[in-house]
Amino acid sequence: MSHDHSPEAVKKEVRVYLGVFGALLVGTIVTVLASYLKVSTALGIFIALVIATVKGSLVACFFMHLRSEKIMILAFLLLMLVFFVVLMILPIGMQMDTFTDNISP
Amino acid sequence: MSVEIPYITEPRPDTGLTLAKLGVWLFLASEVMLFGAFFSSYVVLRAGNTWQDFAFGPAPVVQDAESDEGDEWAEEEAASDETEDADEHAGHDHSAHDASAHAADNAGSGHDDHADLHSPLQTAIPMATFNTIVLITSSVTVVLAYASLLLNNLGRFRFYFGLTIALAFVFLGVKYVEYTSKFAHGYFPATSPLLALYFTMTFLHVLHVIGGIVVLAYLVGPGTKMWKTNPAQFTGRIEAVGLYWHFVDLVWIFLFPVLYLL
Repeated sequence: MSHDHSPEAVKKEVRVYLGVFGALLVGTIVTVLASYLKVSTALGIFIALVIATVKGSLVACFFMHLRSEKIMILAFLLLMLVFFVVLMILPIGMQMDTFTDNISP
Repeated sequence: MSVEIPYITEPRPDTGLTLAKLGVWLFLASEVMLFGAFFSSYVVLRAGNTWQDFAFGPAPVVQDAESDEGDEWAEEEAASDETEDADEHAGHDHSAHDASAHAADNAGSGHDDHADLHSPLQTAIPMATFNTIVLITSSVTVVLAYASLLLNNLGRFRFYFGLTIALAFVFLGVKYVEYTSKFAHGYFPATSPLLALYFTMTFLHVLHVIGGIVVLAYLVGPGTKMWKTNPAQFTGRIEAVGLYWHFVDLVWIFLFPVLYLL
């Protein structure tokens, strides 16, 4: 929430929450519908993760108030994001790596 | 003699944050890494494989790219990806297993052309969708409870927090039905690596929901006394537990499509 805690600002913020709630419900429906698309597993994962990322960003930015959060929190989360990306890419990269398969014993 | 802990209600001048808020965000960052490890494992197992590849355990390990076994598995996988033919897999090497019978049930339910027909989680999609809506709604009620406190309306705060706890129990109830349904069909963590990850990830999430219920119940019950003595600290606590609850919702937003829809 913004740091203005006046009743008017809070009531305005509540309207934003309800709008985000509606967007999240629509996003959920879109996610389910998208799963019925005839696409490859990889593309399916990509589409599902894009929609989930949009929904997650809405929750983080509005419900968790990240859009108006202090720079220190954002710095911590950026650091976390770097480690998270490494965590996701390393094992996937290892699986896709065919270099070691071609080494004869 | 009591020791007053600094920066509980007033933010530290250098960070601009209260200790509670900073602590919760650091905790949530560590939680992201915890769930991230499971997501990473799941994506590695799931990418390039279908559920039937794991029906009786892990897919054959390609020891040698030149070997016949490796080629056979590669051809089998290629055929799976290209044709996406459900019947071909239904009559595959695990036709006697319950998974096949369950897949056959799915085949008759209008999902014939789905890429991964044999996913034992497909029948749980309606329940998982319902649970997604329940958790999103609970996230809204938590943030509305926080807003109610900022408007000095304790009664409305109690209503929204009570509603959040009720929704959390609804989530757990649906999860119970989902788990018992899986067990009834013979799907256990030991059935396949993908199911093991499914049960691990969803139960870890359930544990977070249960932990959230405990804290929410305390704050809407005996913890409310603080509102009279130190409303600023109480509001800070509600903001902190709210951040945690939104994170629980956030995790489910990613678990839902990754586990159930792919």
